[in-house]
Amino acid sequence: MEQTLKFRDPELANSIALKIKAVAPKQGHFKICHVCGTHEWTITHFGLRSLLPENVEVIAGPGCPVCIVPAAEIDEALLLAKQGKVITCFGDLLRVPGSKFSLIDAKAAGADVRIVYALSDAIKMAEKENSKDFVFFAVGFETTAPITAVEALGHLPANFSFLVSHRLIPPAMKLLLSVEDLKLNGFIAPGHVSAIIGLKPYEIFTKNYNMPTVVAGFEPIDVLMSIYLILKQINTGDIRLENEYSRVVHPEGNKKALDLMEKAFEVTAGNWRGIGELPNSALQLKESLKEYDTRKKYNIQIKQGEDVHRGCQCHQVIVGKIRPNQCPMFLKSCTPANPVGACMVSSEGTCRVWAKNVAAQT
Amino acid sequence: MCLAIPAKILSLEADKAQVDFGQGVSREVNVSLVDAKLGDYVLVHAGYAIQVLEEKDALETLSLWNELLQASQE
Repeated sequence: MEQTLKFRDPELANSIALKIKAVAPKQGHFKICHVCGTHEWTITHFGLRSLLPENVEVIAGPGCPVCIVPAAEIDEALLLAKQGKVITCFGDLLRVPGSKFSLIDAKAAGADVRIVYALSDAIKMAEKENSKDFVFFAVGFETTAPITAVEALGHLPANFSFLVSHRLIPPAMKLLLSVEDLKLNGFIAPGHVSAIIGLKPYEIFTKNYNMPTVVAGFEPIDVLMSIYLILKQINTGDIRLENEYSRVVHPEGNKKALDLMEKAFEVTAGNWRGIGELPNSALQLKESLKEYDTRKKYNIQIKQGEDVHRGCQCHQVIVGKIRPNQCPMFLKSCTPANPVGACMVSSEGTCRVWAKNVAAQT
Repeated sequence: MCLAIPAKILSLEADKAQVDFGQGVSREVNVSLVDAKLGDYVLVHAGYAIQVLEEKDALETLSLWNELLQASQE
């Protein structure tokens, strides 16, 4: 416990904040982007932005896997629920808006929609209730995808399939570099995605884009250290890929998980809510596993949905173009109790994190 | 959603482990994505261990930070 507390030690935090002030260039504005909802939570919950110099800004990119599931894929789950299938999913997904309704609306209307803690819980339910068809709504980045892979390659009951909505983080980071007016100066790479994929997929950012990139953990000291390391790289001009989270992230990643993903999935283009289609950014089960692919098994595919509802600025928040409190609906018509956009729904959505932690932050 | 929490393996049978998250929370998790043994600390994401944690790695991180702290005081 004593060791754990050191990862949140205020004295150490102050010391790093001083080093950040010393190393940050005095001229110009520096924008550092992270792509992880848990990073945003750490930054807002612990008030880390208040420790940074005025010309250093930390923004949130598309780091919430629930928020970027397009409405069309929620609509697919709603259609399946309407057909009488049991939809199992993580709790975050329940209130994410489809084109017109969310899964919680379907549940209220009598559909069998169940929250599970783990995929294995959903499989157990399917084994027990073998007269019903079970669908697991498989959402998540590279941290979560190996879990789908290991079970899809295992011994699944015949009444179980996956509605796969997995997405990959590096293509989204690449997109951010081309967003007009965003002008990033560094990336904080997500620690738990990196625990799976390792460091290699980020090399393109330092080598091709000259973008300081630091893999970081989720304690406040981890995040402050990563900001310090990025600013130090900017200061010295020595741009490289660094791993602040070496206690969890190995350079080669988790080989076992990567191997399973390779066996189970093929990489394809995918739609991201608020962003549109990104090439090589989504996963689908291989043809050999098509009996577990919900879309193929039940022949459903909804291509187009209504991603952004009138007045909602989620599409701008997701790519870091605006802060949540720059949306006119933030904490007015869009609140955690009554969310309009996906970013206000998930506990890792940027708007939700801000609403819960720093509603008054400017 | 990529949240992952460390837990200690209390018992192990094939790809299932009973783990202790601390503060009285214990549950069965799947360990087929890692090579873990009894007593190891694993990082658990949505009911599946995704990495084995080495105490020496955690201590190394802390000592790096302390070095930085000392350097800034000099």
